[in-house]
Amino acid sequence: MGRMGERRAALDIRGLRKDFVVNDGRVTALQDINLTVRQGEFISIIGSSGCGKSTLLRIIAGLETDYQGAAEFDGERINGPGLERGVVFQEHRLFPWLTVRENVAFGLGGGRENSHGESVREHIDLVGLTGFEQAYPHQLSGGMAQRAAIARALVNRPQVLLLDEPFGALDALTKIQMQEEVLRIWRAEGATMVLVTHDIDEAVFLGDRVVIMSSRPGTIKRIIPVDLPRPRDRGSFEFTHLRSAIYAEFFRQEEKPFAYAI
Amino acid sequence: MSDGQETSQQTVVALDALKEHYRLPSLTFSVPRQIQGVVLPAVIVAVWEALAHAGVLPANWLPAPSVVAITLLELLRGGELLSHIGVTVARVGSGFMIGALAATLLGGVTGSSPLVRRVLDPTLQALRSIPSMAWVPLFLLWLGIHESSKITLIAVGVFFPVYLNLLSGILTVDRKLLEVGQVFRLDKVEQVRRVILPAALPSYLVGLRSGLGLGWMFVVAAEIMGASRGLGFLMIDGQMTGRASVIIASIVLFALFGKLTDLVLERVGRGLLGQRGVEF
Repeated sequence: MGRMGERRAALDIRGLRKDFVVNDGRVTALQDINLTVRQGEFISIIGSSGCGKSTLLRIIAGLETDYQGAAEFDGERINGPGLERGVVFQEHRLFPWLTVRENVAFGLGGGRENSHGESVREHIDLVGLTGFEQAYPHQLSGGMAQRAAIARALVNRPQVLLLDEPFGALDALTKIQMQEEVLRIWRAEGATMVLVTHDIDEAVFLGDRVVIMSSRPGTIKRIIPVDLPRPRDRGSFEFTHLRSAIYAEFFRQEEKPFAYAI
Repeated sequence: MSDGQETSQQTVVALDALKEHYRLPSLTFSVPRQIQGVVLPAVIVAVWEALAHAGVLPANWLPAPSVVAITLLELLRGGELLSHIGVTVARVGSGFMIGALAATLLGGVTGSSPLVRRVLDPTLQALRSIPSMAWVPLFLLWLGIHESSKITLIAVGVFFPVYLNLLSGILTVDRKLLEVGQVFRLDKVEQVRRVILPAALPSYLVGLRSGLGLGWMFVVAAEIMGASRGLGFLMIDGQMTGRASVIIASIVLFALFGKLTDLVLERVGRGLLGQRGVEF
């Protein structure tokens, strides 16, 4: 346990393939995916929309169980959702009829005693929502709602937290703030993090490694380690350099003619 | 929406300022916003009253509002009115209870089991296309002219909107919320209790409200067709004895009680849904 000890594999994905049946035809969403995530590691998965990165996350979450190849969590094939894998979606997906406290306590099972438990209080505090326990989702800003969603995903103390473009719908300033919060939460909880994003800056800022995916069919193009100490300076030379390197992975062909056009 | 309100408020403020500046004489009557909706009916009643007194309207066909009011008071003093109201309210109440209960049970079952839905729903949809009044002769034949046939008719009227709204509420529950339930490994029963039912509640309440409205419609039909008590009977009585004021008084009472009971449901709905920030 812990990031200091031996680094066991939390997630092991080998030769993963996922087909969708669309109008009598088959569309391959993911092909030949190989990825091993160590316990306590922070992995960013980046790709353009439609590259299958969310599908990959949904397979890890156990929401898509019809896949070929191996997807193992803690040495066992993933056949469905599990409380040891928390999920934060792009939309906060809070239940509009529950207060922040009740939403956070949702995963502990219903009942009053649960929603006043230590874990609920602690995680509301962790995401900085103390004082808003009685608020309903419609009274929260987008950033606050996403904080509550993170607390809800953490309340069962999952070993892995899966984040599916969690800040995609937030404004740029809130987004940066939330990225820093997530790092703090990661350190506090010691959970393995898998973040899916289309934001290069976000991927580099957060990840120990950045997994670059390409589209149709979705494959892993490259995995880039980010050996920068935290807190990372988005303006530093190394950071910018990495960002450009990843940028080039996506736009290598288009870059030159564009430069000449100017 | 609030943006629009703000803009219009700002516009109003700006116009007021302009008016102040140019000292324009105010040409608009200042009626408080809350009672603006009352102005038109009040004017209609006043004009109606004036025309009746001027002899333009035939008194036996369209008596003056004041005459209707006096008729209401007389009926009330005679003591029979309260019993008519009581009988009608009891019919609507029990028909509503029975219809809503059956609709809730059936809607719940068809909503939660695709198999039951495929078996049951087509039949219910087919029954729905029968004009409800077409049941009347059959109910009279089966149940006689007494309370049970009337209450059954009302229950049938209440049933369909409640059933349809509950079912559609259940079937249109946001898949994304269901997924959250899945992520937390809720079993089927828990998923229904903790996600599907609360999510379907707004639609269900809409169904109850329109069901209640239909209940009031059907009680009139049932009572007109054969009753010895109730507000519908009072209308028929007024027609038989040529007293238009009694008919109009009954209409007013139907409107009043229909609105009152709807208001109760609206309040209940607001209490249940207010926390979600949705209008009801």
